[in-house]
Amino acid sequence: MFQETALSGQTTFFQKLRSLDYILLFCLLILGLVSSLSMYSTEGGEVLYHTKSHVIRFIVFFSMMLILSFVNLRLWHSIGYIFYFVVLCLLIWASMYGVKASGSQRWVDLYFINLQPSELMKVAIIMCFAKFYHRTQIHLVNNFKNLIVPMVVLIVPILLVVSQPDLGTSILIGLSGLVVLWLSGVNAKYFIYSSLILLISLPFVISVLKPYQKLRILTFFNPDRDPLGAGYQIIQSKIAVGSGGLSGKGFLKGTQSYLDFLPEKHTDFIFTLFSEEHGFVGSVLLLFLYAIIIYRTAKIGASARSFFGKLFCYGFASSIFIYVTVNMSMVLGLLPIVGSPLPIMSYGGSSMLATMIGFSVVMSTKIYQKQIIA
Amino acid sequence: MISGGSDTGYRKQSVVGRRMFILSAAKLVVFGGIIAQLFSLQINQNKKYLTLSDKNRLREWKLPPIRGDFQDFFGNTIAGNLKVYQLHVIPEQVENFNSLIIRVKDILELDQKTFNKIIKKKKSQKPWETLIVSENLSWDQFVKINFYLHELSGVKPVLSVARSYPYNENYTHLLGYVAQASQNDLANNSEIKKKHVPGLRVGKIGLERSLENDLIGMNGVQRYEVNAYGKRINQIDHVEGQKGKSIRLTVDTKIQQTCNELLKDRAGSISVMDIYTGDILAMHSSPSFDPNLFLYGISYENWEAIRNNPKKPLINRSITGLYPPGSTIKPIVALSALENNIISPNFKVNCSGKIEMYGQTYNCWKKKGHGVVNLRDALKVSCDTFFYEMSRRLGVDRLNETAKKFGLGNKVFNNIFNEEKSGLVPSTKWKKNVLGKGWVLGETLITGIGQGYIQTTPLQLCLMTAQLANGGFKINPKIIVNKEDLSFEEIKSKMSKNLEEKIQGPDFDDAMVGLEMSSSKEDNLYSPLFRNQENVKFVLEAMFASTNEVRGTSYSSRIEDKKYQFAGKTGTSQVKRITEAQRELDLDISQIPYEDRDHALYIAFGPYKNPRYAMSVFIEHGGSGGSTAAPMAKKLFKVVIDRHEEREKFKQKNINFVA
Repeated sequence: MFQETALSGQTTFFQKLRSLDYILLFCLLILGLVSSLSMYSTEGGEVLYHTKSHVIRFIVFFSMMLILSFVNLRLWHSIGYIFYFVVLCLLIWASMYGVKASGSQRWVDLYFINLQPSELMKVAIIMCFAKFYHRTQIHLVNNFKNLIVPMVVLIVPILLVVSQPDLGTSILIGLSGLVVLWLSGVNAKYFIYSSLILLISLPFVISVLKPYQKLRILTFFNPDRDPLGAGYQIIQSKIAVGSGGLSGKGFLKGTQSYLDFLPEKHTDFIFTLFSEEHGFVGSVLLLFLYAIIIYRTAKIGASARSFFGKLFCYGFASSIFIYVTVNMSMVLGLLPIVGSPLPIMSYGGSSMLATMIGFSVVMSTKIYQKQIIA
Repeated sequence: MISGGSDTGYRKQSVVGRRMFILSAAKLVVFGGIIAQLFSLQINQNKKYLTLSDKNRLREWKLPPIRGDFQDFFGNTIAGNLKVYQLHVIPEQVENFNSLIIRVKDILELDQKTFNKIIKKKKSQKPWETLIVSENLSWDQFVKINFYLHELSGVKPVLSVARSYPYNENYTHLLGYVAQASQNDLANNSEIKKKHVPGLRVGKIGLERSLENDLIGMNGVQRYEVNAYGKRINQIDHVEGQKGKSIRLTVDTKIQQTCNELLKDRAGSISVMDIYTGDILAMHSSPSFDPNLFLYGISYENWEAIRNNPKKPLINRSITGLYPPGSTIKPIVALSALENNIISPNFKVNCSGKIEMYGQTYNCWKKKGHGVVNLRDALKVSCDTFFYEMSRRLGVDRLNETAKKFGLGNKVFNNIFNEEKSGLVPSTKWKKNVLGKGWVLGETLITGIGQGYIQTTPLQLCLMTAQLANGGFKINPKIIVNKEDLSFEEIKSKMSKNLEEKIQGPDFDDAMVGLEMSSSKEDNLYSPLFRNQENVKFVLEAMFASTNEVRGTSYSSRIEDKKYQFAGKTGTSQVKRITEAQRELDLDISQIPYEDRDHALYIAFGPYKNPRYAMSVFIEHGGSGGSTAAPMAKKLFKVVIDRHEEREKFKQKNINFVA
């Protein structure tokens, strides 16, 4: 039987190669190209440090992703918890001995790379939850024990990241985790209750925020409050996007960007630069590219037979969606400024590594979609 | 074994499927929201953000406008622009301003005072504004700076232009001078405010000030793209400025220079006027000063020297100096008496040196007296006694009418000079209104010899003489050449036409009243100011006698050559009342303190046969008009008449030449 051949693991390398999702790979390559060109533009049309290392990282991590795609899904399943704990240890390591930069301690020096474990945690939490709910019976999902354990698993890294301090990443980890919890069938009322509790405790939360974080929230509600200080980033970002118009100012011609009015243009505000240079048409196309990536990832999940694979794909697709949404909303003035990179587009090795690891698992799910994990 | 197979497995799959479906729907909505925001920013508000983006990146630098020139009648530049070497620094483009400026100080060998000034200036302006370290580098300094330029990054040696007055003190009061625009200048003149750049020079007095808006020109504009730190990245646009209008004056530099030489070291004023066209050939006030001193801010020493000079160089005596005209008023008094039929030319008075009237003694300048004199002799020898008696009969109000008509007590120009004064010709009404007292008859007597309340500017006397010399016609005194100016011939024919009309007019007394009433200056231009031209001719002839006949007060200054022969009237006006005791002493001029000495005046016109030019010479505390002022007029007449041919030749060649 056809299924039996698949299940017996006797598929040839050629068959595996054929079963890769080429549309998804193509979209990722396009995104890599677009991001490299954008990086080239941030440096004023010269191949300098950022462009070089971004291109190298993309090539290295994309190749790594292709190779890891052939790793059996079972292996991914089996290392689910280990991966989480390793990243958690790295997080603890980072908060104790990490490399400090611009007021926060987020990085672990691994000699060849300065790793940001909080970025890896975004994937690790999905993998961990996918494994956890793969094993949990549906009628036990809303058991007290089965609620408390994921909560702890989620809250510990969040607290570690918040203390770095890195509000943006911790929010993204939290959202990634919650979306998996939601998908795995945790009762909707818990989400409603906890939102209510969050709303009530909001004043308390705000009171423990750092002054600069409070300022950012205030600024979000009124950017003109302090146009040269806290409101500067969002005002300049909106000017850049708005002045792009329908078709943009043209590649390498984004004045807001090359005249340095745009802050953080390599990382969080890369979409602003792209949007200024390529306008409404370009921005919608880029959004569409992300939509395809999210759709293809979800589609792989839909056809996956194993619950681990399915949940991971759904979870990962949803977190890509969250990253994109948070980042774009932020630079368009729909959300307060919190540090959140745009997947693959933004400069940053750890973010790219985490994203590519995620896609490895997705590809592996595709190749081994018929596989059942006991 | 197709799948997990268990029921829970299916349930799990269906829950996750359902929830993913809900989530996907939510995602679509959210992406829709992002697209909507993109649409709102990039399509709906594109214009607004495009403007904001341009405001971010474009910055304009106004370049100083180039000031228009002044030219004399012959087109010689009398106020122009000179190339100068300047040193500019834009503080925000310099890494370490303090060390740079100290290095510059060493290279240029600036003294501490100048250095402090620069530091002060730097603090007063914005960091991206050009700081002018030196406005006028010497060639040596310029070379030195260029030599060290490689280690002075941020310093810019600039070739610029600066106002220059090639004739130094000759035109100071006429043209005025320029200096850095002050807060006042900015507040009072919107044109200056609009065009202001650091270091802009604007007119402070004289024509430089009153013609500011014509002279100032248009700023050039450099538009640069700047980055977020204000650094210029590249030039987008350069709009050339426009030089201000060049203005050609009626003055003749040769004559002006002669006036300056004649007045050297004395306080006074000389004005020369064309009696038909009203062209002012020269108008000089002395002592003068070099206006070039003000260009870069006058030094304390120089300023103190000018300010504390007892002869007051800052005053433009020609138009703001108010002095009693003395005997130079006599031709007008005589004309007024004749016009009003108070006396006939044969009227005689016996001068015994003084006259008792209303219980007071009025002295003639000649203690021994002139004996029996008629009007012609009275003008010729300037007999005060005769004029006391004649003025008594004439009355001050009739004198006032004639004097005003001929240009006394009114501003000569229409607002060309802000500082110009109108002087004063008294009348009974004036005294009642202003001083609140009734007119005393004795005051009429001294007004008749140009003393008392009456005050005139030297230029008014010149205009008065001109309007007498041209036969008694109103002219338009002017200093700026205009395309529409009438030529000498046109004016002459207009005058004779107006005269004819007047003679044929039904009732010229009424016509005169009509002229008085008309408010516009233009209306009665070139029309007669007299009732009977014979009266004017009589006065002119008497003035001729005063200069060219024995016993005339300026006989010693006559020129017999018909080409240069002129007629004039001396004046010696008292500064303070002379007591009887002083009169007896009859002190020599050198024995009187400077401030108490008489003013010397002289008015003249010529050539007598065919008059073209009038002049007034005024020497402050110069003694008697006959001994001090008249000899200057003699010397000047030679030059004026000689220059006449040049002037006519130039006119022939350059019809309608306007700078």
